[in-house]
Amino acid sequence: MRWLAEVHVRLRPGIADPEGQTIAGGLRSLGFAGIEEVRAGKLLRVTFDAADRASAEAAVAAMCSRLLANPVMETADWELSADQAAVGVQS
Amino acid sequence: MSRSPRVAVLVFPGTWSDRDFAHVAGLIGWDARLVWHTETDLGDADAVVLPGGFAHGDHLRTGAIARFSPVMQAVEAFAEAGGAVLGSCNGFQILTEAGILPGVLLRNDHLEFRCDWQPLRVERAAGPWLGELLPGETIRLPISHGEGRYYADGPVIDELEATGRVVLRYAEENGTVTPDANPNGSLRSIAGIVNERGNVLGLMPHPERAAEAEVGGTDGLRILRGLEAWLISQPAAAERRL
Repeated sequence: MRWLAEVHVRLRPGIADPEGQTIAGGLRSLGFAGIEEVRAGKLLRVTFDAADRASAEAAVAAMCSRLLANPVMETADWELSADQAAVGVQS
Repeated sequence: MSRSPRVAVLVFPGTWSDRDFAHVAGLIGWDARLVWHTETDLGDADAVVLPGGFAHGDHLRTGAIARFSPVMQAVEAFAEAGGAVLGSCNGFQILTEAGILPGVLLRNDHLEFRCDWQPLRVERAAGPWLGELLPGETIRLPISHGEGRYYADGPVIDELEATGRVVLRYAEENGTVTPDANPNGSLRSIAGIVNERGNVLGLMPHPERAAEAEVGGTDGLRILRGLEAWLISQPAAAERRL
């Protein structure tokens, strides 16, 4: 069946994030008071086929460790769901 | 008398310094071959160069897609066997993604793309590429990058320093390493490192762009020229070249 993984790739805590700092500065200059910090990251939506949830989980974990995130600087976490759009198309 | 060095210059989709390297190779009598990223054999190359550019558009992360190119397996084996490898700019980024060199190159701390002449302090002058330089001297090379902020975990940095593997640092014209002279926020002002054996060099600056006086300097030529003497000094390499 078809699965959707929404993978969040984040800079590891403690690594300077000039992009996030710049965005935080933009928010402050627009008058948003009390902005403490912005951390920029990536959202990757991966749709793929897998037999069941266990194998889908294993596949996403492998995608993250092999390509989607570089553990030297990033972490990855994800939400996995049955791809509703695909279900709709098939029915 | 041994033949001139044969150098494989890798080309990924988006590489832009390959022809500059090939041009400079001609100046110093190298036999350079451009090797497309889908090739799996480096042939009889004495050395491998990973030039600068934007391999695969730098998508996802710099070097992230390029490291899985078919040719990279051959590069890993070549490096493992002690062969001379040089990665400049995007080539350095690919070598770190491939795990051939430690650490990673992050977005410049000021977010700007920086293209300029940059003084560098030579911390260690050894191996296939830096043998003609003098430890402690200041050289000038162009930099041209948006993602050059060298980062590695504390223990990794400490080990690099303790084993003399930080070979080039961003510096002032007089060779002093200062925060102001650091063009991208690299940890410890690191501009270039080598692997444990010293046969693989990764550096953000572009030696191939400093090979003729007409373009502003020739320190890059001095880096590339080190290769020939090194090849002669290496029994294994010398044997391959018979």
